[in-house]
Amino acid sequence: MIKLDRVNKTYQVGDTPLRALRDVSLSIDAGEYLSVMGPSGSGKSTLLNMIGLLDRPDSGHYWLEGVATELLPEERRARLRGENIGFIFQSFHLVNRLTAFENIELPLMLAEQPVKQRRQAVAEVLAMVGLTSRASHKPNQLSGGQLQRVAIARAIVMRPRLLLADEPTGNLDSHSGGEVIDVLEKLNREGITLIMVTHDQNIGDRAIRHIRMVDGEIDRDTACDSTQDSTPEKARDKNQHSGEK
Amino acid sequence: MKLLDQFIFNTQIFQRHRVRTFLLLLAVGIGVASVILLTSLGEGARRYVDREFSALGNRVLIVLPGRKETTGGGPPIYGAVPRDLTLEDAIALERIPGVLAMAPIIAGMTTVARDSRSREVITLGSTQAFFAVRQLAVGAGKILPARARSEALAVCILGVKLKRELFGNSRALGEWVRVGDRRMRIIGVLEERGESLGLDLRDMLVIPVRTAEQLFDSPGLFRIILDIAASADSDKIQQQMLAIIRQRHDGEEDVTVISQDSMLAAFDNILSVLTLAIAAISSISLLVAGILIMNISLISVSQRRREIGLLKAIGASSRQIKQLFVGESLLLISMGSIAGIVFAFGLIFVAANLWPDFPLMPPLWAVPAAVGIAFLTGLTFSIAPAKRAAALDPVLALRGL
Repeated sequence: MIKLDRVNKTYQVGDTPLRALRDVSLSIDAGEYLSVMGPSGSGKSTLLNMIGLLDRPDSGHYWLEGVATELLPEERRARLRGENIGFIFQSFHLVNRLTAFENIELPLMLAEQPVKQRRQAVAEVLAMVGLTSRASHKPNQLSGGQLQRVAIARAIVMRPRLLLADEPTGNLDSHSGGEVIDVLEKLNREGITLIMVTHDQNIGDRAIRHIRMVDGEIDRDTACDSTQDSTPEKARDKNQHSGEK
Repeated sequence: MKLLDQFIFNTQIFQRHRVRTFLLLLAVGIGVASVILLTSLGEGARRYVDREFSALGNRVLIVLPGRKETTGGGPPIYGAVPRDLTLEDAIALERIPGVLAMAPIIAGMTTVARDSRSREVITLGSTQAFFAVRQLAVGAGKILPARARSEALAVCILGVKLKRELFGNSRALGEWVRVGDRRMRIIGVLEERGESLGLDLRDMLVIPVRTAEQLFDSPGLFRIILDIAASADSDKIQQQMLAIIRQRHDGEEDVTVISQDSMLAAFDNILSVLTLAIAAISSISLLVAGILIMNISLISVSQRRREIGLLKAIGASSRQIKQLFVGESLLLISMGSIAGIVFAFGLIFVAANLWPDFPLMPPLWAVPAAVGIAFLTGLTFSIAPAKRAAALDPVLALRGL
């Protein structure tokens, strides 16, 4: 589903160039559950933005569903984002003046779907994240966990095949963080591909495939170093081990 | 994004920033209203002049003694005293085909006295036709008889104010007054009417033209007013008139002919150009409103970076972002324009009630022009902020950078 081939990305930070991604090659199949971990500035978010088509590689190739995305014009990339990719951010990024319902409706509105169809789709995802009763609340009337669940509902309302979560629990206490992860894992079990960047070891460990990034390179990928035994149980054990080092 | 969705999206922004929206609406509204109101003043002046002229009668030619050059040439060095324009000249002019009526006028100041009261007033000597060409009527009594043209009858007609000053509320018809050194009988009182082209018709005395000739001891006419047929060719009649005058005045063309049409056209022209100039000046306020919108939009773009980043992340294209911001400005402009139009017409309505004499009314083109200019400036000045928003890098924008 996702195939990155020697992707490079360099940012200019002040005078010194910062190589956020160095020859990153990665392939991810549909339905996988990945966690991306690593120290700050290791390129985790850049990788996620790259996969989410928010950023373009300086060199290298990125195929999404077999389409070479780095050649596409911006308009096409925007449409691919809208239709195939759902984003979840650490700081939720809800529009404050809009109700939960209207926030979730935004992607459908941008895609020019008819009103009736929109209402139904929003109601469905609201029920899925358990917030039907909060539909007409504005973001300032909701708790952190509820906000993130609204954001998840917005991310999945277009029925994307890929869900990208950048520190989804970073601003939440452990209880509501757990709730959010439960929702995300349920979606993964229903077939959506989930890639999650996190600092939280416990949450990272719940993923089936673990990627560890250091200095813009993939330092560890459980899918690669466990060719002989690729069962999730073993992979998790190994990663836990490396995480403790 | 569909139009209705965008409308809702934009109005939600307006609701969120009520004060800012109100002030922008005010700026646009004042701009549109000022264009409409100021052009209304210009157009009102034009209509006022139009109306004054049409009160003169339908198609009127005025002949003045002396040649008045209005174009070129320095001031006359030797004072060429023109020949008098006489009643005989006037009668000759009347014979031109197409002339319906002719009123010769001799004017001067006389003292009108009754008992111990006396008044110094403008006295016009004329004929029965005078009342027709000036569209005058008497409120009481009769107008000058047809004989007034050839006989020095001792009769007169008073203006309303003059009658009041001499007679108060008592009856004046049939009474005698002293005009200069003559006694004349009052046969009529003019109807109440305001000023007309600088002549106060209420404070005036009208006597037969022959009587005036004797009274002022001069055959010189002040002017001749000719009513011409609607179907007649005004230019041709003017040519014929000048030919007759040349013939009667030893080859000298020493009169000036003013046609009402040409004067009206000249005024019309001047006032129309003036109205256009006013419109151009007042549209500067719309330009200012446009710049204001651009400023606010630029601020709004930097305040809403995170929102723009989010919209891009959830599938908004650059075109859609641009459309959102331009749409926001255009929506503001439409609402401001409507407010401005309502306000302007409200004021015009009030003014029409306060000063019914002045026909305050915007020219037909004023409203479309004002709204058009408003939209044009709004569009022009919202493109830069919209482009800036569309060009934001989603990764940085999401972080609020």
